[in-house]
Amino acid sequence: MGNPMKIRAANKDGVTEVKVLVSHEMETGQRKDSAGAIVPAWFITELTAKHGDKVVLTSEFGPSVSKNPYLAFKFKGGAKGEKVTVSWKDNKGDSRTDEAAIN
Amino acid sequence: MNNQRRTVLKSGSGAALLGMLAAAGIITPGIALADWNKAAFDAKSMADTLKALGAGTPADSKDVQVTGPDIAENGAVVPVGVASTLPNVSMVAILIEKNPNALAASFVLPEGTEANVQTRVKMGQTSNIYALVKSDGKFFMATKEIKVTLGGCGG
Repeated sequence: MGNPMKIRAANKDGVTEVKVLVSHEMETGQRKDSAGAIVPAWFITELTAKHGDKVVLTSEFGPSVSKNPYLAFKFKGGAKGEKVTVSWKDNKGDSRTDEAAIN
Repeated sequence: MNNQRRTVLKSGSGAALLGMLAAAGIITPGIALADWNKAAFDAKSMADTLKALGAGTPADSKDVQVTGPDIAENGAVVPVGVASTLPNVSMVAILIEKNPNALAASFVLPEGTEANVQTRVKMGQTSNIYALVKSDGKFFMATKEIKVTLGGCGG
């Protein structure tokens, strides 16, 4: 399940800026542990953001996105109190969804 | 480093993982948010990645901006942003030329979402970063070199 995401959504002049901080290891599959064995890849593959029911961003990540991925984007519309929902899925099939209200 | 061994390990675990996920019923068309573009993320070179993304040879454009530090002291966390003033941008991708797999992330922007995304990526070494943008069905690109200081001396 992972830890909760931190989501900030703020509306300014009709444009909503969303900032997301995801808690995830984002292991590349290239690193070796102290015993020399390769640490298997474990990273978020897909992340979707919705405003209400409308998808405002779909993204695909590779393992070279940093640990605890940060993402910021902007979309037109959105009003105070409306919900922004962010969901991710990783290569192990784990997933998580969190939501935040627009400020 | 034994490259062949690494390749075998990689492809083997990838296939096994997919099979496992399918068996567990996790990858079903209904649940999948989108089809993760495995070919593009597995591609090693810039050319292969662009091909897998269907981008061909994108034209350089001044209307695409890549933002990031000139020198990154910590290659594990390099803030990178892509912005564009081109109309109808439907896709944005971040590519790092010298990483083991060039493609770091790709974003699909529906109508109403601005062509302005920021994220953080890992860089193994000093490299050019490419921002790929799809506008009105055509691909455009911009480049920025980011120097990575290894060893933590701060250059």
